[in-house]
Amino acid sequence: MKRILILSAAAFACMAFQTAPKKPLPAKPAAVGSANSISASLQRGKQVYTTTCLACHQVDGGGVPHLNPPLDGATGVVSKDKTRLVRIVLKGLDERVELDGEYYSNNMAAHTDLSNQQIADVLTYIRNSWTNKADAVTVAEVKMIRAKIK
Amino acid sequence: MKKNVSVFTLFLAMAGLSGITANASDSLTLAKPVVVVADADNAGLKLPAGFGALKVADGIGRARHIAVTAQGDVYVKLMRLADGKGIVRLRDTNGDGKAEDISSMGNYGGTGIAIKNGYLYASSDEEVFRYKLDAKGEVVSPLQPEKIIIGLINRRQHESKSITLDNNGNIYVNIGAYSNSCQERDRQPGSLGRMPCPILDSAGGIWQFKADKLNQTYGDGIRYATGLRNVVGLDWNNQMNQLFVMQHGRDDLHNLFPSLYTQQQNADLPAETMYALKKGDNAGWPYAYYDPFKNKKMLAPEYGGDGIKEGSQEYIDPVVAFPAHMAPNAMLFYTGSMFPAKYKNGAFIAFHGSWNRAPLPQEGYYVAFVPFENGKPGKWEIFANGFAGIEVVTGTRGAQHRPSGLAEGPDGSLYVADDAKGTIYRIVYTGK
Repeated sequence: MKRILILSAAAFACMAFQTAPKKPLPAKPAAVGSANSISASLQRGKQVYTTTCLACHQVDGGGVPHLNPPLDGATGVVSKDKTRLVRIVLKGLDERVELDGEYYSNNMAAHTDLSNQQIADVLTYIRNSWTNKADAVTVAEVKMIRAKIK
Repeated sequence: MKKNVSVFTLFLAMAGLSGITANASDSLTLAKPVVVVADADNAGLKLPAGFGALKVADGIGRARHIAVTAQGDVYVKLMRLADGKGIVRLRDTNGDGKAEDISSMGNYGGTGIAIKNGYLYASSDEEVFRYKLDAKGEVVSPLQPEKIIIGLINRRQHESKSITLDNNGNIYVNIGAYSNSCQERDRQPGSLGRMPCPILDSAGGIWQFKADKLNQTYGDGIRYATGLRNVVGLDWNNQMNQLFVMQHGRDDLHNLFPSLYTQQQNADLPAETMYALKKGDNAGWPYAYYDPFKNKKMLAPEYGGDGIKEGSQEYIDPVVAFPAHMAPNAMLFYTGSMFPAKYKNGAFIAFHGSWNRAPLPQEGYYVAFVPFENGKPGKWEIFANGFAGIEVVTGTRGAQHRPSGLAEGPDGSLYVADDAKGTIYRIVYTGK
């Protein structure tokens, strides 16, 4: 099952890369205060996190041992594979999957009600909170991935 | 060759050392038997006056339920295998209360463990096994347990199979519901409840089986009680000759139905409930939950409830209602004589500690006590606290230790297992 997940995630990632136009590497930092600046995205992401994610993943991103996986320090969260992250947000997760050597019992709901902007913001937030450090997830990326996995 | 040399050197060194210590301890043993002494800091616990605590063992794995033989060996069931084994035996060889001899057996993880009529019973998340004990309380064939129950449902959520036995040859097994509230889509905001809830056919209740019959499965057992979301702590009350259980109440009233419940209500509802069960009882999950402020069974929002409409009166009432979400993972009726009289026949409850009170501070992470008089519960109180190691738990991960198992020793000591750090505590009464 884990292998299937990884394979499908990899397949999606490949498709994403194939169709993604070659874009210039991280443009100049966005202007502070603009809708897509990192700090604005983080602020909005924190709100989405508080409303939608915090109950299970906890205020410190530490999750709940054996029930809800941690986001802080999780290799999957800071991974380059953004497709898998977006997919989990949109589809939820109700399978037995090993995450950093542990198994977690609770199911995660699908969050199709979140907009591309909200998903980009909350993923950028969890990738850059607590001890996590990873590049942002953009609305364009979410849009593209969402179109693929519908 | 090199290895042989170093082993030989080590042997010499040990022989020399043990010669000295053996002499010293021999004379000590002869002069005065070693007694169980509480750790200087009571193992980090806060206890009522006159009580002390020590760590019997530490870091042994994810210790869930525990059982103690008449000779004082502690058997610990591990949720996940440690070094390939799922049951740990702790033996105190010199009487100081600490386990010097630690060994393990069993190739399955799980939660349940119990000792009854010369057998050690233990469960995986799908099966129940038993091992014959000899006159000294030793497991006769650790590699050849009898499989008495097989094929129990395990769909990740609420998977642990807790067990207890009566005095009539029956074993009771909790089969937790693989769902929070039987929604069409589990934990999906706004998703309604399935009617009737199909989970209740094979889970969400207590099943009764024979304690001595091999390879029983659903068809051989009886659904003894239903409408119980997930019971982890349960015990047979010998005084009442009745099964008592502690239910883990449902989660997420506000998160799933934000227009009907506030965040505060999400944290405070529903109660964690103790039930005294009779055969055929229905405690109401998923259709109803218990509100400890109204003292009423309320209709669940998945089934048309709004926080005001009451649930059906066909469901039984709890005998004790505790604050929400504290996760009662073990229950023990105390029958010993070491503790003061008020504890006799009362119930200890190990609260694993909450997670879904968030964003409000978490609660639990302690052992509570409920006095019983003539089979009727009195007012509950916190008995042993301080397991979390921090004053306020905001994220569950921050709790250092989480009570998950309880057992009574032959001398009346109370043992507590922790599944976060794998610590086994022993609480003794030393007051007068």
